[in-house]
Amino acid sequence: MIRKKEAKKIVFQSEKEMPMMPMSLGSMLYNKTGAWRNIRPVVDLENCIQCGICWKFCPDMSIFIENEFPYVNYDYCKGCGICAEECPVKCIAMVEEEK
Amino acid sequence: MAVRLKDLTKIEDKLVAGHGMCLGCGIPLIFKVILRATEDPIIAANATGCLEVCTTIYPRTAWNMNWIHSAFENAASTIAGVEAMYKSLKKKGQIPADKKIKFMAMGGDGGTYDIGLQALSGAVERGHNFVYVCYDNNVYANTGGQRSSATPLGASATTDPAGAKSAGKIQGRKDLTKIMAAHNIPYAAQASPARWLDLYNKAEKAFKADGPAFLNVMCICPTEWKYESSMGIRLAQMALDACVWPLYEVEKGKYKINFKPKEKKPVLEWLKPQGRFRHLFKEGNAWMLEAIQKDVDKEWDELLKMEAPASK
Repeated sequence: MIRKKEAKKIVFQSEKEMPMMPMSLGSMLYNKTGAWRNIRPVVDLENCIQCGICWKFCPDMSIFIENEFPYVNYDYCKGCGICAEECPVKCIAMVEEEK
Repeated sequence: MAVRLKDLTKIEDKLVAGHGMCLGCGIPLIFKVILRATEDPIIAANATGCLEVCTTIYPRTAWNMNWIHSAFENAASTIAGVEAMYKSLKKKGQIPADKKIKFMAMGGDGGTYDIGLQALSGAVERGHNFVYVCYDNNVYANTGGQRSSATPLGASATTDPAGAKSAGKIQGRKDLTKIMAAHNIPYAAQASPARWLDLYNKAEKAFKADGPAFLNVMCICPTEWKYESSMGIRLAQMALDACVWPLYEVEKGKYKINFKPKEKKPVLEWLKPQGRFRHLFKEGNAWMLEAIQKDVDKEWDELLKMEAPASK
């Protein structure tokens, strides 16, 4: 769902191109907050019970549900670890990010 | 029919990913649930604060709905004006009579408890039909952690730091939900991100209420409360178990407590994981722990008494 959406880059050539009042011209989806991450959540789909709790507690809207299973959108996940902590069957592991 | 979590996952987000809030922040969790509680289009006014600053970094926005930025003090007046305009246009026939729009204002505890209180009180008194959501993280987190009137007793903040001569804030917190309930509004409630169904039901009731409604939601804040970001929801649950943040609603003057812990836990459990209360566990500050426990017990007992007549 969210993965398919992209936002355009906004460039102002001069101040004349700027709107007269502060208003939004694009979506914050352009801001890939995944770069903040130190640890990444990895979902073990075999043990997943499809409860949706990880989706509910994700502050970055980076867990999306497809066919009732959760998938992580690593473009935006900041690696807070709430999903791993709250998962009732502990099927989400936080793994060190590799450079 | 009771709502299921699976149904909520199918609704499109009104606050999208890419916002710049801290990792483990409680604000998006709250609004994820609240914004799904109505099917009608929403117009929101946002007071300055964490939510406003992080979601609208010029020239972009993270909102998938109509959203107005207002100054720190007047989110409630802004949305009151929009609502009055809507009523007027409806009378003139420029908006179809069957078109329903929901109005919502949101602000942090600084913009609601302190700076925006008189605008909120005025808008509520005039009876505009809107929902005010306050996300209460007990501190001015956006500007670096200054104390607000929602900061609890004993907490250390940058303008009342704990040290050799001080044990944190010496005043208790203001009870805003009761202040709003005293305006005799149709609906006022206190909620927590740890109980999503309760939060959803309260948001639904607030949107359906005929007149102003007020929601005060506790918001976990890893940056200013200084705890491990993954522990956020656990901490919110601890606050409920220790009765630090009671869940209750006031519907037409009647108090109802929505969550009573089976066993009331000592307030110590809630204080211990948080860095802002670390100084309380040093030598010589034990009196403050007792004072906090006493304060919490007093408030909880008062609330139980207030509920009693309604249940009979």
